[in-house]
Amino acid sequence: MLNLTLTQLGAALRARQISSVELTQSYLDRIATHNPVYNAYITVDAKTSLAQAAMADQRLATGDAQALTGIPIAQKDIFCAKGWRTTCGSKMLGDFIAPYDAHVVEQFNKAGAINLGKTNMDEFAMGSSNETSYFGPVRNPWNQNAVPGGSSGGAAAAVAARLCAAATGTDTGGSIRQPAALCGITGIKPTYGTVSRYGMIAFASSLDQAGPMARSAEDCALMLNVMTGFDERDSTSLQREKEDYTRDLNKPLSGLRIGLPREFFAEGLSSDVGARVQEAIAEYRKLGATIVGISLPNTKLAVPVYYVLAPAEASSNLSRFDGVRYGYRADEYTDLADMYEKSRSQGFGEEVKRRIMIGTYVLSHGYYDAYYLQAQKIRRLIAQDFTDAFKQCDVIMGPTSPSTAFNLGDKGDDPVQMYLSDIYTIAVNLAGLPGMSVPCGFGDNSLPVGLQIIGNYFDEARMLNAAHQYQLATDWHTRCPQGF
Amino acid sequence: MSWEIVIGLEVHTQLSTHTKIFSGASTTYGAEPNTQADAVSIALPGVLPVLNKGAVERAVKFGLAVGAHIAPRSVFARKNYFYPDLPKGYQISQFDLPVVGMGSLTIQVEPLSGNAKPYEKVVRITRAHLEEDAGKSVHGASQGMTGVDLNRAGTPLLEIVSEPDMCSAAEAVAYAKTLHSLVRWIGISDGNMQEGSFRCDVNVSVRKPGEPLGTRREIKNLNSFKYMQQAIDYEVQWQIDTIESGGKIHQATILFNPDTGETRAMRSKEDAHDYRYFPDPDLLPLDITPAMLDAMRAELPELPEARRARYVNDLGLSAYDANSLTSSREMADYFDACVNAAGSAKLCANWLIGELSAQLNRDALEMAQCPVSTSQMSGMLVRIADNTISNSGAKEVFRTLWAEGGDADAIIDAKGLKQVSDSGAIEALVDEIIASQADKVAEYRAGRDKLFGFFVGLAMKASKGKANPAQLNEVLLKKLAG
Repeated sequence: MLNLTLTQLGAALRARQISSVELTQSYLDRIATHNPVYNAYITVDAKTSLAQAAMADQRLATGDAQALTGIPIAQKDIFCAKGWRTTCGSKMLGDFIAPYDAHVVEQFNKAGAINLGKTNMDEFAMGSSNETSYFGPVRNPWNQNAVPGGSSGGAAAAVAARLCAAATGTDTGGSIRQPAALCGITGIKPTYGTVSRYGMIAFASSLDQAGPMARSAEDCALMLNVMTGFDERDSTSLQREKEDYTRDLNKPLSGLRIGLPREFFAEGLSSDVGARVQEAIAEYRKLGATIVGISLPNTKLAVPVYYVLAPAEASSNLSRFDGVRYGYRADEYTDLADMYEKSRSQGFGEEVKRRIMIGTYVLSHGYYDAYYLQAQKIRRLIAQDFTDAFKQCDVIMGPTSPSTAFNLGDKGDDPVQMYLSDIYTIAVNLAGLPGMSVPCGFGDNSLPVGLQIIGNYFDEARMLNAAHQYQLATDWHTRCPQGF
Repeated sequence: MSWEIVIGLEVHTQLSTHTKIFSGASTTYGAEPNTQADAVSIALPGVLPVLNKGAVERAVKFGLAVGAHIAPRSVFARKNYFYPDLPKGYQISQFDLPVVGMGSLTIQVEPLSGNAKPYEKVVRITRAHLEEDAGKSVHGASQGMTGVDLNRAGTPLLEIVSEPDMCSAAEAVAYAKTLHSLVRWIGISDGNMQEGSFRCDVNVSVRKPGEPLGTRREIKNLNSFKYMQQAIDYEVQWQIDTIESGGKIHQATILFNPDTGETRAMRSKEDAHDYRYFPDPDLLPLDITPAMLDAMRAELPELPEARRARYVNDLGLSAYDANSLTSSREMADYFDACVNAAGSAKLCANWLIGELSAQLNRDALEMAQCPVSTSQMSGMLVRIADNTISNSGAKEVFRTLWAEGGDADAIIDAKGLKQVSDSGAIEALVDEIIASQADKVAEYRAGRDKLFGFFVGLAMKASKGKANPAQLNEVLLKKLAG
């Protein structure tokens, strides 16, 4: 049962071969067993989840079920869920109970899915290893000493360890794709504006995008069907027809033009990761795709541009956490300024403070033009690189992350090394394009390697088709870490 | 040597939308604290702003009314600073790309002193931009604590910035009054100054003629025209005294204390914030389509300036009358309705500017609250115009309309106010007086012209005040002449 796809699980539920309560309880049991070690969840509320499951069972009994009705889904703790503690991985929101549902949560509720719990994450989604969480690091199910990636590290670990059927994540610079790669699962960040950001705690508004993390491309497509759609509460939500992301899954790949950017295979890429990606490309050749060499000349500027723009937006987005209305407030302070200073310096962790400082600096008078404006210009150049590239190919492929999962603590004191972990994913956010990661084998240390697929705007169905056809031909995505 | 005064205004006008600029929470004034603070007003984690189209429409109308350039694309920016009444830690405003660009406003200035004549002046409007209001801190809500009321947070404001084109308190006040009247005229704000719907910041500096601009100080948050005049007068004198006694003016934000009539510095430039403006990534650029421009243009009423010109050119009113009648749209509309029904523009103008305005003032009422309807008023004006009632009779009718309501004709009948315009009756009356006052008549005819009034009085009394005064005069003159 743990290895069933969402399609199979849904069918079993609708056929009443299993009840949602049973299914939910079995996941809760697994969480109780494994979470003390892997720390994938920050909050589990069995009573609420089971009550939801009981309602789903009623719905299933009346034949009113949708594809995901009764299926337990883990929500990244960045999404507000009414009545649930929603921490965003921070002490600042350590006891914040959300009074409303995020759009994403609302969509899953409407679909009759079960909220199985809130997954661990880097504090305010700032991190690539899940080590910045106030609630402690998450361990990689493939190796307890390795990080799961981040910031959606809890979600990736939960999916890999079969502690949920599927999970939600968010991706600002690679936060879905990089942990998906490091944990050997499938995750997709859709085109910016496809999933409403309403109720998703903002890190960098112009880059943040929610998406699914699951065990296969097909599962991701089903999840996307629920998550997407226009929402008037988010002004950047795109007004488009609702689409069925499963519609092209079974198309043959003959004629698919795959672009390989030479900048993604240059210095900095681990040889084992490079080899696995090349093997995946060879598989695509067999499936009928043609390979085109392309260039994304501004690739090396993506990380520096990102580390101007994302902190700039974050420094402002995180200003609301001031200890005045909700969230952490220092116990002792002398006056208003002191209350702000103490609440924020005690409530935020080091990485968050580092980014607030960078962001404040690049926006400040006299530096704005040199940093923020300049970065915006380069951002447009980076997007243009992709536009040019997609004249030659249908999808772009390459590694998701330069290496497999590193060990806990390895990059903790070197932020720049940590930032480079997202070197292949960040440009996709800057351009607003959809990107996904698909498992494509294992590295020298037996940890998973992810293949990144980047599509043109709104081309998720084609990417999912490419991923699904690969997953029909290979079995990397079905591998399960030992002990689960 | 004399000093030149340089004044520019920044006016925050609350736009009259029912809901906030970025959320559906109500903007009604005076509710219990925080009962109109929704998730967006409180800035809960994860909430997002959604622009209220009504606020945009009002801003565009204002731009059209002052002949300004409307930006086809403008941008919302975040102004970052920490304060308890600013829940997000930033205010959403417009910075380098405002929705309304350069425009102008023609003002009628009545100098406050001396015998200087009223004059007209054009004040340039630099820009007007949309932004959200902050909440307010409530000090002393409980012992040693400060409360925060976020009802007002997110209320839509249009900040209207003028060029430093004004050179006296009188001009500044005239500009503020004209602007105040305009925003109400075009229906974008209720302009309620007590409730903070129209707040003025006044930038003041002084210089010697021909010299570059002096350092300015900004008087914040004036919400009465009287205080504005007092504050500017005090501030100008303070700046002149300071410079003349060898001091220097430092840029500062100051407050006016109406109790002492003085200004005092709130913060100096040294503590000025670095607001770190940047485009708000949660909001798309604001596009104003030609279709929207056309729609707003079509909704705009005839503007005060056009109406003033019409009153002077078409109706032959004086500039003074035209100004008074266009002080508010309610007054002008009331006037138009009366003229349509009663004809004589001058008669209507005199009554509206005179008796009606005086009565409104006495009862502290706005034109909109006037108890006498335009049809009641014109019913009376018609009777003045056709000589049915005299001016004094009309005053009686008006008093009754005001206090009891009713219909002019019925009141005239009930009170017997119809004046005697029958020339035969008046001649008979005059003949009688001449016959009975032979001595006085002789004196008058001998040259004592002053006695004329005596005869008028007698005749009026005899007619019980109902004789048509003009007609009576005419007959008396003729008959006394012998």
